[in-house]
Amino acid sequence: MLAAAGSGHPGGSLSAVEIVTALYGRIMRHNPQQPLWPDRDRLILSKGHAAPVVYAALAECGYFPVEELTTLRKLGSRLQGHTFIYYQPGTHELRTPIQSVPGIEMSAGSLGQGLSFSIGQAIAARIDGRDSRIYCLLGDGELDEGQVWEAAMCAAHHKLDNLTAIIDRNCIQNDGFCADIMGTEPLREKWEAFGWHVIEVDGHNLHAVIDALTTAKEVKNQPAAIIAHTIKGKGVSFMENNPVYHGKAPTPEEAERALAELA
Amino acid sequence: MTVTLPSTKTAATREALGPTLVRLRQEGLDIAVVDGDLGASTTARDFGKAYPERFISVGIAEQNMIGVAAGLAAAGKIAVASTFAAFLPGRCFDQIRISVAHTRLNVKLVASHGGISVGEDGISAQAIEDLALMASLPGFNVIVPADVVEAAQAIETALRQEGPFFIRCGRAKVPVIYDDAYRFQLGKAHQFRDGKDATIIALGIMVKPAIDAAETLAAEGIDCRVLNMATLRPLDEEAILAAARDTGAIVTAEEHLVHCGLGALVSQIITGNRPVPMGFVGMKDRYAESGHADELLQKYGLTAGGIAQEVRVVLKRK
Repeated sequence: MLAAAGSGHPGGSLSAVEIVTALYGRIMRHNPQQPLWPDRDRLILSKGHAAPVVYAALAECGYFPVEELTTLRKLGSRLQGHTFIYYQPGTHELRTPIQSVPGIEMSAGSLGQGLSFSIGQAIAARIDGRDSRIYCLLGDGELDEGQVWEAAMCAAHHKLDNLTAIIDRNCIQNDGFCADIMGTEPLREKWEAFGWHVIEVDGHNLHAVIDALTTAKEVKNQPAAIIAHTIKGKGVSFMENNPVYHGKAPTPEEAERALAELA
Repeated sequence: MTVTLPSTKTAATREALGPTLVRLRQEGLDIAVVDGDLGASTTARDFGKAYPERFISVGIAEQNMIGVAAGLAAAGKIAVASTFAAFLPGRCFDQIRISVAHTRLNVKLVASHGGISVGEDGISAQAIEDLALMASLPGFNVIVPADVVEAAQAIETALRQEGPFFIRCGRAKVPVIYDDAYRFQLGKAHQFRDGKDATIIALGIMVKPAIDAAETLAAEGIDCRVLNMATLRPLDEEAILAAARDTGAIVTAEEHLVHCGLGALVSQIITGNRPVPMGFVGMKDRYAESGHADELLQKYGLTAGGIAQEVRVVLKRK
């Protein structure tokens, strides 16, 4: 998909594969035939550059044809470089966004905003008495943004136990390793200090990820944060732990090698 | 022709917010309000007292405020976010751009304490760029009501009509110029008086001084049309072009920087279609300072006298 596009973010998409698979494949209540089902659980992709992995999961689930994946980032495609939604005024009876791609819940790309958006969704569910759960996937570099911490305070203050944040802790951001660019560790202590219940997990052990997400559902009176220890570019030898592949798409030859390794 | 005002009352436009929200919720609108620790000043807190489960306090965190409002709107609520105009959009422009403007979500931003009439708090609280920022966003409706009656109607319009809205209110008490018979119309200027020599296009607290300036000029034999251009975006292009055609000279008046607000936007329509001499009353590329609202408006020329003088100057260029 990314090779066909010629641009994009493979590293941070590959590090989130198990998380996204667990969510769409097992954990979330959702219906590809009814993308706007009001009682659905929602994944808010705050690290919007990982759109490819979410598009892939949605296609696999049947939200749209798999063939459409090769249109990523092309002029006229629904699959924008970062996820986006568009609300068509005049459809007052729906009163929910007409998603540009069925299954996509938020316009992303400017980092640090998804957790706030997730809070709005979680509170709306509470006002309406719906038991939807809201999942927000963040990157660890993204935690540099102050707005994330505004949202972290806010979610705990409002005791949003229908909200789970998942941090894809692959330790790399655009210009290099997080520890060198801007150290955000220790993450567990920070999230706990902000009033969240923290669960740490090996982000590439699918069963462990499913267990962590299941445990998060039982937490009461506070939101839950799952810190997923991951490897950027996981599964492709020349991408693993390589900052270069944060925002560089593979060439067609590299893509072939990568797919062979992943098979 | 003398304009007769309905009363001698004064009120701040910000006073319209809380009561209007409560009334509309009572009528069944699915409203949720996000507040940035200024609900007492913006009057949004009245809604919080009546509907605590629909009033989300986020504290002094404007970026989060916008995101929460967008999430509420995406889940079907009519989301209202409110704080001072200096911080909304100033502190959260990217959030507004990404979450509200291009998505066209049903988020209503009510920014209070616009302009220099904020007074003693000084520059950091005096928004004179907010309209420029909000007008830059495609698809965003921007309204600056002239008095508390228009403010209540503008807020109601924003809540009943889908899409993003920005409504700018003020701190200071200003004359009530409309009565209950008035009907605010989005995108339509309201003509206070007709005239043939020049048109004064004003918004917000500059509308009353525009009316007063026209009275003064009438005594000098200068007959001015006065338009309340409460909707900054979308502008009433028809009224603007008619003013150019019928009167041949235009002066704009705003509590904002003239190079990037009402004056600039009206200029664009005039120069592109029907160029006529134009004058501008407002902040001239500088910040104000601490002081009483009336003193500041006087010092920086945002007065009936300032408007009248600008009209006399522009007429010489006709």
